[in-house]
Amino acid sequence: MATELSTPTYLPSPQLTPREGDLFNLDAALTEEERAVRDSVRAFVDEKVLPLIGQCYVEGRFPKELIAEMGANGYFGANLPEEYGCAGLNNVMYGLIMQELERGDSGIRSFASVQGALVMYPIYAFGSEEQKRHYLPKMATGEVIGCFGLTEPDYGSNPAGMITRARQQADGTWILNGAKMWITNGSTAQVAVVWAKTEDGDESGKSIRGFLVPTNAKGFKAKDQKGKLSLRASDTSELVFDNVHLPADAILPKSGGLKSPLMCLTQARYGISWGALGAAMACYEEALSYSKERVMFGRPIGGFQIQQVRLADMLTEIVKGQLVSLHLGRMKDIGTFTPQQVSFAKRNNVNIATDIAREARRLLGGSGILAEYASMRHMANLESVYTYEGTHDIHSLILGQAVTGLNAFGG
Amino acid sequence: MKIAVCIKRVPDMDVRFKIAPSGTAVDETGLKFDISDFDGYAVEAALQIKEKLNAGEVVVISLGGDVVQETLRKAMSMGADRAVQLKADGTHVDSFAIASALAAELKDGGYDLIMFGRMSIDTAHGVTGAIVAELLGLPCVNAISKLEFDGRTAKMRRELEGAYELVECALPAVVTIDEGIARPRYPSLKGIMAAKKKPLESKPAQLPAARLSLDALALPPERAAGRIIGEGTAAVPELVRLLKEEAKVL
Ligand SMILES: Cc1cc2nc3c(=O)[nH]c(=O)nc-3n(C[C@H](O)[C@H](O)[C@H](O)COP(=O)(O)OP(=O)(O)OC[C@H]3O[C@@H](n4cnc5c(N)ncnc54)[C@H](O)[C@@H]3O)c2cc1C
Ligand SMILES: Cc1cc2nc3c(=O)[nH]c(=O)nc-3n(C[C@H](O)[C@H](O)[C@H](O)COP(=O)(O)OP(=O)(O)OC[C@H]3O[C@@H](n4cnc5c(N)ncnc54)[C@H](O)[C@@H]3O)c2cc1C
Repeated sequence: MATELSTPTYLPSPQLTPREGDLFNLDAALTEEERAVRDSVRAFVDEKVLPLIGQCYVEGRFPKELIAEMGANGYFGANLPEEYGCAGLNNVMYGLIMQELERGDSGIRSFASVQGALVMYPIYAFGSEEQKRHYLPKMATGEVIGCFGLTEPDYGSNPAGMITRARQQADGTWILNGAKMWITNGSTAQVAVVWAKTEDGDESGKSIRGFLVPTNAKGFKAKDQKGKLSLRASDTSELVFDNVHLPADAILPKSGGLKSPLMCLTQARYGISWGALGAAMACYEEALSYSKERVMFGRPIGGFQIQQVRLADMLTEIVKGQLVSLHLGRMKDIGTFTPQQVSFAKRNNVNIATDIAREARRLLGGSGILAEYASMRHMANLESVYTYEGTHDIHSLILGQAVTGLNAFGG
Repeated sequence: MKIAVCIKRVPDMDVRFKIAPSGTAVDETGLKFDISDFDGYAVEAALQIKEKLNAGEVVVISLGGDVVQETLRKAMSMGADRAVQLKADGTHVDSFAIASALAAELKDGGYDLIMFGRMSIDTAHGVTGAIVAELLGLPCVNAISKLEFDGRTAKMRRELEGAYELVECALPAVVTIDEGIARPRYPSLKGIMAAKKKPLESKPAQLPAARLSLDALALPPERAAGRIIGEGTAAVPELVRLLKEEAKVL
């Protein structure tokens, strides 16, 4: 009996031939709507972000003037359902939005990641119906801005050790004390999702719960962190809670244990795996175009073998990263992706992006150190991305544990 | 107000074109397509009219193979209410034949306003709108940069060299749109999702026999390398002389 050979046709757009700039024809792996979403965000970034971001970076300010339009366009929490005012997109579309925003700047993408994956997502996943109806539609439009407070001055990679404490009073209300550090959007936000322990002597973090804290509450202070040499077009703040009194319904009722904030991080890290590729694409494209224009020793530097190796390496790593994120996104859409896979993608894609940004900067010679060009800005930004949402090392340990079954976090 | 906007799918102009082996068409391998620029302004202008009046319908129409459905969906993702594909495979170069097929579709549509781009950015004939107006017996105003209404009267502005012209005409009318009118919006993400659910009707184009054929396409000759004649203000007199005597552009 002859066996039947089955050839799955998994490309959604097999009719597409490789476009200039898309050597590997990755467009064929996207649907028409996915490409439409990407192209729309790309046009927004080209027209609204790129003209001002270099200056914002130098000034060290987040371009707040873009928030309303980003909201109106549907970029915040875009993979959450339409019934809460969100765009209801699939996860590949969501990833493509992150890619395009970070092609502008990691600070812009960070803003959208925090708003969508770290604030809207926990409200959606752990919030009461009332909290969802109250917050999500206004956060989707950017009318309300959120921040996510997990990291503390003494507990970064190991949040289970956090000190911040919420004590429930006899009347059911809460008193919050503690401090958070490195909080993106901290000074811009109207609401903070704060993670705090609710029991004494909890070392494992099993009593950690999420709280919705209005940033104008008495005893809440946010202070800008000064002197950043990375992610300068982003607001990063220290939060202090000094006997902040919260109503009983400030708690996210379905949150429970360290697992809850980690679930948020899994969402955000998925988006970051795409975002870092956007930064890498911007650097690669800048380097490519510079290499064709800059003439040295009588020819465009792109005509020298050294620079061609550089460009070929950059392109190769970007394409590999895109295939990883795309596969991850398809698995996320059918609900089979795992946090270890997300660690894989975050770790690899951010790492290759830092290398690509540095190589692009080098290819640009002296011009490469200027804010007029994007590569060095991305290079410096990506150092934050390398550290936040689980440092590169921490993701190595997660992968190491996944393959060996041995926990190396303790040493 | 019921508005029709006729849109054309054209290749992205920022690439190096190759001619297909037939010699009469562009090689479409690897090209990216979008709504022709001026047609995009027309879609935006139509949407703004509808939004201002808070009533009416914007219908987008395109003639071509099934690939134009993507172009139509893009216009619907910007906000157009529905779309009509006049199905015609192959390339069509006879503007009169195309205008006839469009006019046949538009005739009984009950449109108050029919909009076109001033010209398509690929073939740049710039006559389709005017021929449609003629076939439908409607007034036609070309290349307008502003459009307002006073009841059933359209008031328009046209840019001229160093001056402008104000024109009025009664509706229904055909207008073609210049770029000054409105910058096309990006489709919002919700718009992109909504476009999938909007009606897109496909029917055969009633194309009369073409009386015009395209015989050959050729790329312009490679431009010779530029010449640097000097630096700073010292070079200006020589530059002016060459522009006058050699290039003959002054
Ligand atoms: C710009 C920016 C924005 C941020 N935004 C937010 C935010 O919005 N919300 C939020 O909660 N946090 C935020 N963070 C915090 C971020 O998540 C932390 O910086 C990160 O978790 C690392 O913590 P840490 O800085 O305390 O470094 P540490 O945990 O002190 O790590 C220092 C070094 O030790 C290594 N290390 C740690 N543990 C181990 C181990 N077991 N084995 C080997 N090496 C180890 C790390 O890899 C790193 O190289 C942000 C950070 C930055 C820089
Ligand atoms: C902060 C700063 C301070 C400086 N100070 C001084 C100063 O005091 N005095 C001074 O005279 N200059 C100074 N320079 C200039 C510096 O020496 C030049 O930037 C450097 O020589 C590179 O030249 P370039 O920037 O024009 O790059 P390019 O020469 O255009 O090089 C661009 C890229 O092409 C590569 N490339 C060039 N030729 C080839 C080839 N044949 N094959 C393969 N790859 C090639 C380069 O390695 C580089 O990656 C300074 C530069 C900087 C950034």
